[in-house]
Amino acid sequence: MTFPFPASDLLVILPELVLTQLALGILLWATVVRKGREATLAWVSIASLAAAAVLIPVAARLSGPLPRAAFGGMLTLDRFSIFFKVLVLLATAVTILFSLKFVGTSSYPGGEYYALLLFSAVGMLFMASGTHLVSIYIALELMALSQYVLAGYFKRETKSVEAAAKYFVLGAFSSGVLLYGISLVYGAAGSLDLGDVARSLAATPRSSLLGVGIVLTASGMLFKIASAPFHVWAPDVYEGAPTPISAFFSVGPKLAAYAIFARIFFVGFGPRAGDWAPVLAASAALTMVVGNVGALLQQNVKRMLGYSSIGHAGYALLGLLAYASGTDARGENFGLWAILIYLAAYLLMTLGAFGLVVLLEAKGYATESVDDFNGLSKKNPLAAAAMLVFLLSLAGIPPTAGFVGKYFLFSAAMKAGWPSLALLAVLMSAVSLFYYFRIARAMYLVEGEGELRWREEPAVAAAVAVCVAGTLLLGILPQPFVALAKSCLLP
Amino acid sequence: MPTTPFSPLGADLLSTLVFLPAVGALVLLFVPDGARKTIQGIGLLFSGATFAVSVLALLRFNPDLVGSEAFRSLMVDRPWIPRFGIRYLLAVDGLSLSLVLLTTLLTLSVLLVACGQKIDRFKGYVAAFLVLETGMLGSLVALDMILFYVFWEVMLIPMYFIIGIWGGKRRIYATMKFVLFTLAGSLLMFVAILFAANVNAQATGIQTFSLLDWVPAALGGAWGLTPRSEALLFWAFALAFLVKVPLWPLHTWLPDAHVEAPTGGSVILAGVLLKLGTYGLLRFALPLFPNATARYTPFIAVLALIGIVYGAWVAAAQKDMKKLVAYSSVSHLALVVLGIFAVNATAVSGAVVQMVGHGLTTGLLFMLVGVLYDRRHTREMADYGGVASQVPVTTTLFLIATLGSIGLPGLNGFVGEFLILGGVFKVSVLWCAVAATGMVLSAIYLLTLVQKVFWGPSTVAANRGLTDMNGWELAGALPLIAFVVILGVYPAPLLNLVKNSVESIVQVARVRMLP
Repeated sequence: MTFPFPASDLLVILPELVLTQLALGILLWATVVRKGREATLAWVSIASLAAAAVLIPVAARLSGPLPRAAFGGMLTLDRFSIFFKVLVLLATAVTILFSLKFVGTSSYPGGEYYALLLFSAVGMLFMASGTHLVSIYIALELMALSQYVLAGYFKRETKSVEAAAKYFVLGAFSSGVLLYGISLVYGAAGSLDLGDVARSLAATPRSSLLGVGIVLTASGMLFKIASAPFHVWAPDVYEGAPTPISAFFSVGPKLAAYAIFARIFFVGFGPRAGDWAPVLAASAALTMVVGNVGALLQQNVKRMLGYSSIGHAGYALLGLLAYASGTDARGENFGLWAILIYLAAYLLMTLGAFGLVVLLEAKGYATESVDDFNGLSKKNPLAAAAMLVFLLSLAGIPPTAGFVGKYFLFSAAMKAGWPSLALLAVLMSAVSLFYYFRIARAMYLVEGEGELRWREEPAVAAAVAVCVAGTLLLGILPQPFVALAKSCLLP
Repeated sequence: MPTTPFSPLGADLLSTLVFLPAVGALVLLFVPDGARKTIQGIGLLFSGATFAVSVLALLRFNPDLVGSEAFRSLMVDRPWIPRFGIRYLLAVDGLSLSLVLLTTLLTLSVLLVACGQKIDRFKGYVAAFLVLETGMLGSLVALDMILFYVFWEVMLIPMYFIIGIWGGKRRIYATMKFVLFTLAGSLLMFVAILFAANVNAQATGIQTFSLLDWVPAALGGAWGLTPRSEALLFWAFALAFLVKVPLWPLHTWLPDAHVEAPTGGSVILAGVLLKLGTYGLLRFALPLFPNATARYTPFIAVLALIGIVYGAWVAAAQKDMKKLVAYSSVSHLALVVLGIFAVNATAVSGAVVQMVGHGLTTGLLFMLVGVLYDRRHTREMADYGGVASQVPVTTTLFLIATLGSIGLPGLNGFVGEFLILGGVFKVSVLWCAVAATGMVLSAIYLLTLVQKVFWGPSTVAANRGLTDMNGWELAGALPLIAFVVILGVYPAPLLNLVKNSVESIVQVARVRMLP
């Protein structure tokens, strides 16, 4: 049997190919590395991610003008996918930095941990460029299966196992729902290629088959981005999983899921935007409320960040909605643009905040209550200041990246004719300030009791410093990044 | 395009003004915590230099320009996020300049007083005030709505820490309440800014957040707002500012914040932050939404009248000195709001003069209460009594500030109150009569305060060793006293400075009120 595609198609997936090989190599190598020398594996993993990142422009240059479709339309390399690929690689690399000591001092082997992270990254890279429902689904499962294992990596800790079990059962169920939705869409549209689906949907009248298909697909997607009413897994998983993995879950998979969400719904289901927009609007409203109000009640920082990330998923849904409402008078569509900017801001501030939780962990496992931050400003003023920047950014207070992101999202929603949702989002931002400031209060206004448990980790500190710099830079001088994001939109 | 004026400090004058304090805060980062002398020096150097720059701005400012030209003399206009028409647009007119001077003066005074008192975590305290100053000055000079909003929120964070770290027993409750009240209001305004920008873009085809573009478009009828959307926008803006003022019944955060805040926090809160609410009404809410302003004037006027009497009444019942002064602020600021919504030149000039005057006198009152509190750690009036003989200087200054606040002719409070009442009289005799009772009541409760604390027999033994103001505290208070007297005897410079801004605000707000 011959290879049915031109060999140059392989160039399109060069970064993914190389990363897969390196991840397999790490997996093999891990069998002979003794516990305690696993840091080498971590650095090699980071080098692999860097190699993949370097290969992205190479692949783009060698494989021809962008957007470049490959494998019969299964995958497309365009600037949109490159944007997400870079963010995903960055998130994975930062996660590994967070994990260095965490995994090193735990009693669990590190080799598979890093390999699984890399496999998950490969899945996300494929998700970013998937333009066919099957390739998207396979990539999604590659990512998700790696993550189920990572969630339960501390396999003798009850909470970790519980998190993994919940994540797996619900994740598998949602994958089933997604797959069923895809099959119904196939039944209605006669194709799984997103371009063909769009052409077919534009030509066919509204049908209940298609409607159910779209709603089920949306449900699957909403699960992946942890939006209400499919959000309940998120806080439990975030709390139970090892902290670096919680950081990873709240950023990496969400970015990738947003990439396919945007691609499926804008490219594939675009002609039916009027039908699915109300569904997303309801979910966005519910998600913002559930996430932010839920976070109010949390004492555990990881759970709080879990709920807060639900809230943020709700804000980002506004961008999808705005996109659905079509272009404005100047022929510009703000929605997707706003999502790209917001997700980059979200990546920086969320990873930064989790990084500080990692630094603060004492036993390395699930003891992180808000009170652990008490008196941090006196014991480590720099760390407290960094956390403050992230909290302000998460709450959307200028001059931080979070404010710029929210500005774009809310004004997109406003332009697209959803002022009521923008208003709700703003009210929820006010609510969010309340719980974010509980941490600020603990750090600055409350005296710490006893010794602060603090781990010196230069790698994590460096990653956090980068996040602080990025958060402030994006907040004060957003223009270059805004222009960059503009060039990465879907056509 | 206006040219950027030359400034001796390299950058343009207004940017220097706004960011100089922030640079000071940044410099403080590299100073060790214990080096109190160095911290003092840096704090005073930067706040003093900022004050000097604001005086320089006053000298460079041309008060004769009118209308939209009024902003031209020191305008800085650069693109910030050009893709969305967001500009780095700084400019002053007489209104903002007078408040800029008040801000720089009060911040310097607060830091001078702080040098003379014992304060924990002194470096953070000074740094917080410097950052706060940048936020306040930025809000006063920014004319791009997004830039304004950024500075507006920047003010929130240092104040949160000032109350939360250096405050009294219930500081955490007070600071959280302050933040949530203010933030709820300002987020509403944020939505309104986005909405208005959208309306403006659709109407004119230009994506801009510049107030200088918005006001003509809104006035020319280009926005084409329905009465309902104009009302919603107006209220979104007005609520943000009225919470800050704060107008009854949105005032409940103020007594808590004032009582718990450290001395400097109270001075700045009463002296500047509350004025930013009234400034916002004058600068944004009135000119952008003249119809809604006209429609809701009676409603807001009634709230203001209630606020005047209620604030005074409640103040009269207080035993805590700071709470009393806080409620007197509720009353006095309600009078300013009444003056603003009378929308005539007399009343609005009066309101602006009263904003400056109230900043000086109430700032002083909080400062002097702080002097007593620093010695005795109590704010209860009953814990004092007859301390005039121990602290003659404090007593004298307190009396002058009190009389200024009451509105004694010859001190600055009189000018503002007289003009406001005169202007309000033209609109409604009834309003004027009710408002005047507020003045009478203010004489009662403030003089009672003086009498209970300073005069009479000295009954409390703990007051025996009370020491008078030290050099630092005097250095902080005397300039304020000087301005209370100067502006009371000869208010013409201030009135001239704000005359044209007031004229244009009144004209603009009247354009569509006429049938």
